[in-house]
Amino acid sequence: MTTKEYETYYVPAQSHWPIVGAIALFLIAVGAGEYVSNLKSEEAGFGGYVLLAGIALVIYMMFGWFNNVITESMSGKYSHQMDGSFRQGMSWFIFSEVMFFAAFFGALLYARVFSVPWLDGAGNNFMTGEVLWPEFTATWPLIKTPDGTETTAMGWYGLPLLNTILLLTSSITAHLAHVALEEGKRPMVKFWLGLTVLLGVVFLFFQVMEYAHGYSDEMKLYLDSGIYGSTFYMLTGFHGMHVTLGTIMLFVVLLRVFKGHFTPDNFFAFQAASWYWHFVDVVWVMLFVFVYIL
Amino acid sequence: MTTEVIHDSHQGDEHHDHKMTGFKRWLYTTNHKDIGSMYLWFSFIMLLIGGAMAMVIRAELFQPGLQIIEPDFFNQMTTVHGLIMVFGAIMPAFTGLANWMLPMMIGAPDMALPRLNNWSFWILPFAFSILLASFFMESGAPNFGWTFYAPLSTTYSNGSTAFFVFAVHIMGISSIMGAINIVVTIMNMRAPGMTYMKMPLFVWTFFITGYLLIAVMPVLAGTVTMVLTDTYFGTTFFDAAGGGDPVMFQHIFWFFGHPEVYIMILPAFGIISTTIPTFSRKQLFGYSSMVYATASIAFLSFIVWAHHMFTTGMPLFGELFFMYCTMLISVPTGVKVFNWAATMWRGAISFETPMLFSVAFVVLFTIGGFSGLMLALTPVDFQYHDTYFVVAHFHYVLVTGALFSIYAGVYYWLPKWTGYMYSDALSKWHFWCSLISVNILFFPMHFLGLAGMPRRIPDYALQFADFNKWVSIGGFAFGLSQLIFLALLLKCIKGGKKAEAKPWDGADGLEWTVASPAPYHTFEVPPKIK
Repeated sequence: MTTKEYETYYVPAQSHWPIVGAIALFLIAVGAGEYVSNLKSEEAGFGGYVLLAGIALVIYMMFGWFNNVITESMSGKYSHQMDGSFRQGMSWFIFSEVMFFAAFFGALLYARVFSVPWLDGAGNNFMTGEVLWPEFTATWPLIKTPDGTETTAMGWYGLPLLNTILLLTSSITAHLAHVALEEGKRPMVKFWLGLTVLLGVVFLFFQVMEYAHGYSDEMKLYLDSGIYGSTFYMLTGFHGMHVTLGTIMLFVVLLRVFKGHFTPDNFFAFQAASWYWHFVDVVWVMLFVFVYIL
Repeated sequence: MTTEVIHDSHQGDEHHDHKMTGFKRWLYTTNHKDIGSMYLWFSFIMLLIGGAMAMVIRAELFQPGLQIIEPDFFNQMTTVHGLIMVFGAIMPAFTGLANWMLPMMIGAPDMALPRLNNWSFWILPFAFSILLASFFMESGAPNFGWTFYAPLSTTYSNGSTAFFVFAVHIMGISSIMGAINIVVTIMNMRAPGMTYMKMPLFVWTFFITGYLLIAVMPVLAGTVTMVLTDTYFGTTFFDAAGGGDPVMFQHIFWFFGHPEVYIMILPAFGIISTTIPTFSRKQLFGYSSMVYATASIAFLSFIVWAHHMFTTGMPLFGELFFMYCTMLISVPTGVKVFNWAATMWRGAISFETPMLFSVAFVVLFTIGGFSGLMLALTPVDFQYHDTYFVVAHFHYVLVTGALFSIYAGVYYWLPKWTGYMYSDALSKWHFWCSLISVNILFFPMHFLGLAGMPRRIPDYALQFADFNKWVSIGGFAFGLSQLIFLALLLKCIKGGKKAEAKPWDGADGLEWTVASPAPYHTFEVPPKIK
C-alpha cells in the first residue's frame, strides 16, 4: 500500500451460498447420524439418502460459490489485499488440518508408548498385566491384542514405498508447475500439473489395492483388529480422503488453466491447491515413518 | 493506545446500503454487523435454553431424594446444559462481539471473508437443532456429560451418539471458519498505521483466541471421530481389550478442552480491558504486559491439560509437571488482575452498568482463579476431584467470568449498536439481582464440594440438604434475573434516548468515531492512524 492511498476492499453483496452450505451440512449431519445409527440395527433407514442429498448440495454450493468468486476475480474486483485474505485463510485452514491429523498421530503414539506397554505391566502397572490379561505380550505393531484378536502388520516395502516415491515426485511436479506458471510458460504448466494429477490418481489406486490386500484372508488386517488396525486405517484413510480432495482441487485448477485462467501474478486457487498438495505429501511422509516403518 | 483519526468525509453515506428487506437480509447477509447481531441473539436464546435445563437440574436437587425426573434424564440435562452453554452460548456470544466490533476497531470495511462469515453463523442453528432434537429420539439426548468420557460415550452410550458426534462436527467447522475469519481480519485488514502494538487489547485477545480455536477445534473433531468409530465401527482407541486406553480419550479430549476454557476467557479479558479504562478515565495500565500475559496464558494452556485427570493414575512425573505448569498460569493471570486494579487506582471512576459488571468480573473471576489454584494442587485435587467444588470453580470463571464480561461488553456497546441508550434503572436491576443471586447460587457449592458432595448425581446425602436448597433458590433467582435483561434489550431496540456517537466520555477507540447507531457500512475508506 505504498503507491496508492488505499485499495478498495471488495465486500460482496448478499449471497445465498452460505445458507445453502449450512443446509447441506445439516443434511450431511442428520443423514450420517441416521445412517450410522442404523448400522447395528440392520434396519434400512432414510439416512443414506439424506447424506447423499447433503453431499450433492455441498458440491452444488461449491460450484456456485467458487463460480461467483472466480467471476469476481476475473473481472478485476479483487485487490492485492483480498488476495492476502484468501492466502492467509487457506494457510490457517491447512494448519487446522494439521491439528486434525495431530489428534490421530497423538493416539498412535500414546498407544505405542503408553497403553500397549502398560497393558503388559510396564511402569507401575505390574498388576494390570497379571490380573487382566496375563497371556498378553506387548509388541508393536500389535498383532495380537489383549483379548486375542490376531492380525498381520503391513510392511513398508512394496506398495507403501512405491506410494511414497509417487507422492514425493508429485510434490516436485506441483512445484515445477508453479514455477512454470510464474514464468508464464503455460504449456509446461499444463504438463506438470497434469502429471501431478495423474500421480495422485495412481497413488489412490495403489492405496485401494493395499486396502484390498489388508482385508484379504491372508493378512486379516481390519479396522476392528485392535489398536494397530484402528490407527492404521484411520490415519491412512483420512490421508487418502485428503489426497482425493487434493486431486480434485488440482484437477479443477488444471481445467481452469486450460480455460486460460491464472496469470503470473494472480493465481490464488492454483497456489491454494498446490499448498494443500504439499501438506498432504508431508502428512504421508509422517505416516510412512510412524505407521509403516517404525 | 492513543489514536488520532483523520476522517474521509463520505463515511457511511446511505446510498451504499444495499440492505435487503425481510428474512432474506438475514439469510443472505455478508454484513459483519448483521452477522454479529445474529450471533448475539442466537447465543442469548441458547443461554435461556441452557439456563432452563440448569433450572431442571436445580429443581431436582432442591431436596434430597428423587422427586421430579429420572436419573437418566438428569444426566441428559447436565450433558446438554454443558454443551449448550459452552458451544452455544459463550462461544457464539464472543464471536458475535468480535464480528460487530473488530472491523470497527481496526478500521476495516468488514470481516476479511464476509460470505464465509455468514456460513459460520448459519451452521450453528442447524447444529444445535440436531442436538436438541435428540431429546425427542427414542433413546433420549446424550447422557455422558459434556466431556463425553469413554467408555460412557462409546460402550455404554445411548442411541443418539452418532447425532451428537455429527452435530459437534459441524459446530466445529463453524468455529474454525469463524476463527480463521477473525485471525485473517486482524492480520490483513488493519487500517494503515495501526501496528500490532497499537491494536486495542480487545482485538489482541480475539487474535490469540482465534489461534487457539484453529489449533484445538480440529482435535475435538478427531476426538468425536474416534468416539464414533469406537462406538459403531469396532475400532479400539479407547478400549483396553484391543490395546487402546479409555484414559487416552481424556488426554486427547483435554488437549482440546483446556485451551477451550481459555477460548472462553481470553476475550473476556479483552472486554474488561476496554471497559475499565473507559470508566476509570485512564489509559489501560501496562498495555504491553497485558499483550504478553495473554500470549503466555495461551501458550501455557497447551501444556496443562492433564490437571483435569490427576486421579487417573498418571505417572508421578506427569502429575508434578502438570501441577507446576498449571500453577504457572496464575502468574500472567495475576499480571492482568493487578493491571486492572492499577488502571482503577486513582482513576475518576464512575459506576455505569458496564463498569459494575466489569468490577464484579474482576472480583468474582479472581475467586474462580483462586479455587482453580487450589484444584491445581495434585494432592488436594484427589479430595476435590469431581465434587461440587469443581462445579463452583468453573461456574465462577464461566458465569461471573465469561458471562459477566459479555454483559459488560453488551452494555458498553449497546448504544453504538441500537443508537439508543438503554434503561439505566433496568440495567442496574439486572446487575444487582444477578450479582446477589449468582453468589447464592455458586458460593455454597464450594462448601458442598469440600464436604464431599459429588457432581452429576441426581440425589445426595441428607447433610447437604440446606446448602442445596439455597443453591437452588439462587439458581432460580439468577435465571429469572436474565429476563430483566431480555426486557431491557427489547425496549432498547425499540427506542429510547438517542445515543451520541460517544456516549461514554472516557471511551477511546475507532468505534466511537462513527455515528450511533453505527452505519450499515463503516470504514469503506480506511481511517489513518497516527
